[in-house]
Order: sequence, then structure tokens, then C-alpha cells
Amino acid sequence: MNPLTPPAFSQVPLGMSLSLPMTRRDALRVGLFSTAGMLFADGSVMGAPAPVAPAASPVKARARSVIQIFLWGGMSHIDTWDPKPEAGYDYMGEFAKAIPTNVDGIRVGELFPNLAKQADKYALIRSMTHRNNGHETAAYLMQTAHAPGERLAYPSVGAVFSLFKSPTYKGMIPPYVVLTQPQGRFSEEGFLGPKLKPFATGGDPNAPRFEVEGVVSRGVTDARQKARRELLQKMDTMGAAMAASPQLRASEEAKRQAYDLILGEGREYFDLSKEKPALRDRYGRHTFGQDCLAARRLVEAGVPYIVINYPGGWDTHSNHFATMRRQCPQLDQGLAALLQDLQERGLLETTIVWCCGEFGRGPKVDWQPPWNGGRNHYGNVFTALVAGGGFKGGQIVGESDKRAEEVKNRPVYPVDLLGSIYALGGIDASAKLPHPMGAEAHVLPAASEGAKSGGLLKEIMA
Amino acid sequence: MAPTCGILPDRALALVRMVLAGILLAAAVGWSSAAAPATAVFESPAAPPVAGRIDELVFAQLARLNLPPVLCSDAVFVRRAFLDITGTLPTAAEVRAFLADPDTANKRRRLIDTLLERPEYADYWAMKWGDLLRIKAEFPVNLWPNAAQAYHRWVRAAVASNLPYDRFARELLTASGSNFRVGPANFYRAIQNRTPEGIAVAVALTFMGARAENWPAERRADMAVFFSQVGYKPTSEWKEEHVFWDPLGTSAATGNTAPGRPAVATIAETLAKAPAVAPVPPSTAPDKPRNARLPDGTTVVLPPDRDPREVFADWLVDAKNPSFTHPIANRVWSWFLGRGIVQEPDDFRADNPPANPALLAYLADELVSHRFDLKHLFRLILNSSTYQMTAMPRGTTPEAAAAFASYPLRRLDAEVLIDAINRITGTTDLYTSPIPEPYTYIPADMPAVAIADGSITSPFLALFGRSARATGMENERDHKPVPAQWLHLLNSSHIQRKLEQGPKLKAVLDSGKAPAAVVEELYLTFLSRFPTEAEQKEAATLGQLQTVRPAKGAKAPPGPPKTVLVKRREDWLDLAWALLNSSEFLFRH
Repeated sequence: MNPLTPPAFSQVPLGMSLSLPMTRRDALRVGLFSTAGMLFADGSVMGAPAPVAPAASPVKARARSVIQIFLWGGMSHIDTWDPKPEAGYDYMGEFAKAIPTNVDGIRVGELFPNLAKQADKYALIRSMTHRNNGHETAAYLMQTAHAPGERLAYPSVGAVFSLFKSPTYKGMIPPYVVLTQPQGRFSEEGFLGPKLKPFATGGDPNAPRFEVEGVVSRGVTDARQKARRELLQKMDTMGAAMAASPQLRASEEAKRQAYDLILGEGREYFDLSKEKPALRDRYGRHTFGQDCLAARRLVEAGVPYIVINYPGGWDTHSNHFATMRRQCPQLDQGLAALLQDLQERGLLETTIVWCCGEFGRGPKVDWQPPWNGGRNHYGNVFTALVAGGGFKGGQIVGESDKRAEEVKNRPVYPVDLLGSIYALGGIDASAKLPHPMGAEAHVLPAASEGAKSGGLLKEIMA
Repeated sequence: MAPTCGILPDRALALVRMVLAGILLAAAVGWSSAAAPATAVFESPAAPPVAGRIDELVFAQLARLNLPPVLCSDAVFVRRAFLDITGTLPTAAEVRAFLADPDTANKRRRLIDTLLERPEYADYWAMKWGDLLRIKAEFPVNLWPNAAQAYHRWVRAAVASNLPYDRFARELLTASGSNFRVGPANFYRAIQNRTPEGIAVAVALTFMGARAENWPAERRADMAVFFSQVGYKPTSEWKEEHVFWDPLGTSAATGNTAPGRPAVATIAETLAKAPAVAPVPPSTAPDKPRNARLPDGTTVVLPPDRDPREVFADWLVDAKNPSFTHPIANRVWSWFLGRGIVQEPDDFRADNPPANPALLAYLADELVSHRFDLKHLFRLILNSSTYQMTAMPRGTTPEAAAAFASYPLRRLDAEVLIDAINRITGTTDLYTSPIPEPYTYIPADMPAVAIADGSITSPFLALFGRSARATGMENERDHKPVPAQWLHLLNSSHIQRKLEQGPKLKAVLDSGKAPAAVVEELYLTFLSRFPTEAEQKEAATLGQLQTVRPAKGAKAPPGPPKTVLVKRREDWLDLAWALLNSSEFLFRH
């Protein structure tokens, strides 16, 4: 984010640890090799019923929807959800305190008073690790669990989750929605093709009118919208002359679906003015807070996978503490309100909320110029928050060492976190993905591919 | 030049008769039917001439399927040629000039020749090669920005100068040097899996149109030997990397790796794990010739003083090597006709035979006999009646498509589409790359087609299926329609703003000309043709009825108040909007 950032950061070797083979724990091995995967004969994705074989998963599938709050750029773990007051000023910097929560024994950083009151609803995984310090490779790892650098570009967890949920999801809103801007670190749909590309809403939910790009347009009334549609129909000379063309038929069908959203009820879900002002206040009158509220409404619409790309990101090489002081209270307010609201509406049981970046940030503050009190990319250990959809609240998984520099016990790798999300979503992690060329590709890498694992998060799966 | 058919064998004569009969039939139907005008816009009543060997071979297959060929109209042709050759739309003036040109016998050929010399031609085909050669600074191939620029500059220059294809391939295969200074050296860096086998797979895909990952392991391992001495080493300049012939395996030494790349070390690991691929140990390698097996099964000697890549290139780019000449002939065909004679165009294998073997062999022979002049092959195909056929579906069976019964509808490439919209409206898009820092910003006047680096961020390009440039496969570019694309075209602020505020479109709408003339200009601009009478009539009904008020002081005339139809600005915008969203605008046809 800072123009002064020298290039040194991207020099960190990418994907270093991943080529090393490593045995995984038995639990996961069972999970991954249990059933033969599903196969889409025609490579089609939505519309075609996907024969999801019931996963031979040891956990009960509860999650219908997922809200992923992606703290892209990499949020510092030591300042937030893995505080180490004993480590001193060189590590803690300006945020020396940890505060108690409503669960005995769990403390969080001082900037999270609201989340402290909701600790019974979430678990903190303090031993996330992949040892990768490049934004794009780490983002790919955290959202696919596949090693960057393989021949195939895998789809993100959001695309895979939506793919497997699409046979039962019949809503008009696309099944994989991003609030509000795409992140662009990698192509989230991977080889699954554009139908599983996330739909980025654009607009600002905190504005007087949430103008969802392509759905809610400025200055075009419904009457004009309908008149335009008729005009287009009349003027489409070639479309009429070549109506038999399969390409045009497919295009027309896609257009019809788009109009269902433009003129139908789907757009109501984006209309935040239908919410009580007091509730909107509780989420916070800022973009992130209203992103969370919009995400809850999309869960109510049945949308399987929703990503909130944190507005502005967390890549705080410099100006770190000021940025944290500004952004953490918004994260705290929006996320706490979301968890509370989901629970009050009985949605938390069927909705996974997970929140982390592609990595954490160096726990030792870099006081030298040009950082002047900044923190740099850090994939050795960091924290992820998970809640709902079958994840137990009030839990801590794993532990970092006394300075939050390395995993002390119970390492959790991307494959474990995503594997647990898939398990709770009833998705067989060994299932085959429909590759357009018929290449052998599975939801998660098999143990033989050398992905590191510490086992599924069984200790927090209800 | 293509051999013209002097004496036709009986079968071909019969075919020509059938073709003529078909045309007469089509013309007769068109003449009498009420639905005719639409077809008349898109099709030509002229009989498709058998312009050369291509047409002989294709029309023979069509005759067997009983699908007489029909030519496209001049208006369709001018648009098609501009889009297919240069990735741009013709301007209204260019369309008028072409349609008015009375030299009907030669004007299509002359237009093709002109377009092949335009700078946009080089931009467009450099983009196409950029997909296949994976020109992308960041994930997953990680060329880094300077190197992506150097690579693209070399490819574009090769296209512009029409570098013979055998030399093009040889330079990519044998280049050594800095990724920043020697463009083609990046071929070996634009590979995710830089093991000898990974390189062999990329080479097979790029130049042999083959998916070597499906080959028997032994054949793949044999080919990998030729790429087992490719070394990569860093320099003291940030992200500079040298590709070089490394017979001693020095770059595989511990700690001697390129910045940001564990792949060099991976080669050593792979070699250690797979003895079949491993070169002779360094202690004996330098002075002993050894044998290696080529993909066609023949054995060659690798002299100790020669880079094995050169030995491989000697074999590959030989004019007599069909596994080199056929795939490129097939690719070129697929670029213009929408599908390969071998389909997919990069899936050559024994059990995927060409749909028209004689045609493929003919195209490859033409390429070889013209010293790998790709433009010659382009010209040959573009001037054929086969290429100039109508896009009206001529039977929707798979057999009809494989026989090239009609020109296939394809949605405009993402880059071409946004460039067309920007050019018509007089607007630009902001293209940036957030990684690495500092951010990259592309100059506002650069069209999307000309962007070198596939990692430049653009939600529009991503939504409309630009190639991710990860694998180098043809089908990485995706034209499948999805609802989100329609949301964007129909209703996004991005497109609406261009229509409402674009100065060039504004100039057309505010020209002060008569409404019919404005409609005509809009049609020429968006659809590269004149509006039909029916379309003019429909456009004339757009507007709002307003009451005519009598002049001040004058007495209102008796009877009901008079009304006139007034075209407001938004009526014009609605018409432009409808043209932009018509399938005729969005599809190559």
C-alpha cells in the first residue's frame, strides 16, 4: 500500500514448504480417501443436477451458507486475536493490553471490546500456518489449500462450495457473491469457468442507496428498464434471424436470468433500507459494517457463499498502528454485530463465518525506516476466527509460542481449515472437480501430493 | 498462391452444380419469403466461388452433408474481417467506403491485404500469442513485470515483421540470457512446473499441439531429457534471472536459486527422484556423447558440446516434421473458423483424428512451401469462400460444425469488446496492477488488446473471460455466456456512463442531423451496416408525444390539440443502448 515499500518483500521465496512431503494425520486421511469423487459427465456446472454423493464424513453437515471475511493484505495476529502482553513493547507496540472475554480464559486484543462479548460464539485458531509470505501465493493457498505452482489453477473454496451447493440453490442472486470489490490476487473460479466466478457487487452498502453493479442502476426507472428490454427485443435483427443458433440461445437464457435479477425480487435482498435504523447502527455506519449486514441478508436469500473483501485491506508495512486503531474498531463492531444477529435469527447454526487474512504479520515490530513501526508479511503462524455452521464457540485451537512467532502446538494448515469447512458443508473433500479437459483434480489435495496437514478441526466441530 | 482448379474431376463438377442449385434455391426463397429482409442483410445472393483448394476440400464435405454453402454479405464481411484480423471494429466511414467500392470482384481481397498491414494486426495477434505463451507478470507463472514487457515486445515485433514460424519457434526454444533483455528466454520462465518434464509438457502443448501429460510416462521422460540442462540463475538486479545452458547443473546447487523461486532446487530434487529423466552425472556428462529419444521414437545423439534444446529444435522445426507443421496449420485455421480441423486445436493424438485430413495436410504444405510465412496462410484462409460463408446456422448437427458449414458465432473477446465500446463512445478504462508495488498504471489511451501483461487487473476483462494465461491452452479464453455479463452490459454504471457521457457518441447524437441520418450513423458505428427499412421505421417511433402549443397570442385551432413525436436525449441513449446489447454487436458473425 505504501509507495515507499521497497521490493524486498516479494523476494521471499514462494511456496517453499509445500514441495516437502509430509505425513498427515489419520483423521484427515480417512476424510480424504473415503469415497470416490463425483464426476460431471458434461462438465456443466449450474443447472445440471450435480450428483453429490453423501460424503462419508464423520461430522454432521449443517452449513448451508458461508460468510468469508477476507482480511486481505494480512491482518496482524499479535495486535488482535493472539495478544502476548508478556512479549513487551518490541512485540506489542502500542497495544500492550489484552482484555478478557465472556469466556473464561480467552483474551483478545484491546481493540475488540465488542467481539470480547461474543466469544462464546466463535473459536480462535491461533496456530494457522503455511509459511508462505507472498500475497498472491498465500491468498491462493488459504482459499484453495492447493500448492501454488501446480499445473492446474484451482478454484477457490467459494467457487467449490457454490458448485456443490448449486443443485439445491435456486435463488436468482448468483451463488458466489463478493462484497463489494473483487480481490484480484488470483482467478477465484480457477478452471471451473466463468459461471463460478464470484459476482462482485460494487457500490457501497453504506451509501444512501446500495448500487449493486448491474442490478441497481442509477437513473433508470423500472418503466424505462422494461421499455428498453422491449426495444432490444425489437431491434435485435440478427438475434431473430439466427434464433436457432445454440450460442445465441445460451446467451438469451443468461440474459433472461439477468433480467430476473434486475426486475425481480432478488434485488430486494440488496436493499438495506429495509432494515431498522437501530440495527444498521449496531453493525456500524461504515462500509464494512454494512457489508456484514448485506451478507446476512444474502444468507437469508440462501446464497451459498459470500465473501467480504475487507475494504482497504490490512497490508500495514508502515503506518501500522494508526491503521489498526482506525480499522480494528470497525472490524470489531461489524463482526460482533453479525455474529449476534445471525444467532438471534437462528441462522448461526447453518452459517459458517470465517475470518482471516492470507497470513499474519511479523510479531516483532519493525521500528527501522522506512517501516517506522510497521509489520511485514508473516505466514509462520497467525490466527483465524471461525464461527457457526457447526463450529463450536468459546474455543481456542492450537497455540503460538510466547512471542507469537511460531506454532507451539497443534498446527492448522489451510487444508485442515478448508477441509473442516467442506466437512461441515457436507462436501466430500476427495470428490473430483469437473475439469474442462478431464484432468484429475480434487476438492483438496490428496496426502500423496504432499500438502501438510495437522488434521481436521474435530475439537471444535459439533 | 493457391492452385486454382483448372480441370475439375466429375465429382467436383457435380458439387458445383449442387452448390449453384442451392444458391438459386436460397435466393428464390429469399425473394419470395416475407422473412427475407433479415437474411438479405447478412447473406450474399452471389454463388460462393470455389476460390481454391480449401473450398474444393470443404465444399466436397458439405456436398456429402447436403449443405450448400452460402456467402456472407459485404457488410458482414467488412465487420468480420476487421474483427478477425485486427481485433477492432471498422469506423462508420470505413464501412461506407467498403460498401460503396464498386470493385466487387477484388474488394474483399484488397481489404484483407490492407488489414494485415495495420499496427492493430500486430497488437491483436501478439495478444493471441500472449495467451499461448503465457505472458503474465504475476501468479501463477510469475514472469515479473519487466520480463513480461520484454517477452511481449519480442512477440509483437515477431508478429509485426512476420517472422517465419520455424524461426519463431526455434528462438523461443533455444533462447538464453536475461529475462529482462532477451524476450524469448522467458518462454522457459513462463512455465509453472520448471522441471524437465514440466518444460517438456509446455513445449509439447505450445508447438506440437499435444497434451503430453496424457502420454505414456516413458515418452514424456524421453522428451524431458532435452530440457534437463536448462538452468536459471539470479543476478544482483532485483528479479532478473538468466536462462542458460547448464550442463553441469550448477544452478541446482543449494542456495543458488533465483529470487522468489524454489523451482531451481526442485529440478535437482526431481532428477534425484526420477533416474529415468536424470542426465548423466556431471562428472561424466561434459565429454561423452549420449543418446536421447525424440517424441517420434527416433534416437539422436546429444553431443557433449551442444545444448540439447538445440538438438530438439533441429528435429522439431523441420519442414518435414508433421508434428510441427500440422498443429500450427490447425491452430491458424481454428483462429479464423472457430474450431480446429483437429478439435480441440491443441489436442493432437492418435485417437483424435482430423475432421478433414486432406485439408489439414494442404494447409501445412502451403505453410512449408512458403517458408513458414504465417501471413500467407492467413491470406489463403481469409480469401477462401469457406471463411466468407454466412453465420446463419446451416444445420446444427456436430457433423455440420466439423465440416465448417457456416461461420461460427463467437462472442467478442473481452479485450476486443471493451475496446470497441470505448472507441465508439470515446471513453477509456483504467487498467492497473496492484502487485508488485509500486502499482502499475496503463496509459489511458492504450487499448486493452495492446496490454502486454496478463496480470493487469480489470474486472471487465475477467468477467468476459480473458485468458488467465496459466496453462497456455486455447480454451483458457472463455466465451461462455453468464448472467453476470448481461447484468454488466445491460445495467452497470460502467457501461451506462460510457453511453451517457462518452464524447464521441455524444457527437453523433448531437450532430443536429435528421433523425433518420442519426439512426444510420448509429447503425454504421455499432453494427457496421446500414439500417433496414424496418429498423428505421421502428427507430422513428422512439420518443415522446408532446402537445404543440399555439404561438403566443394566436388562437388555438379547433379540434383536439396537435401532438408531435419528440426525440429526447434518453430516447437516443436507449437506441444506442439497444444496439450495444444486440447479439449482432456482441458476437462475431
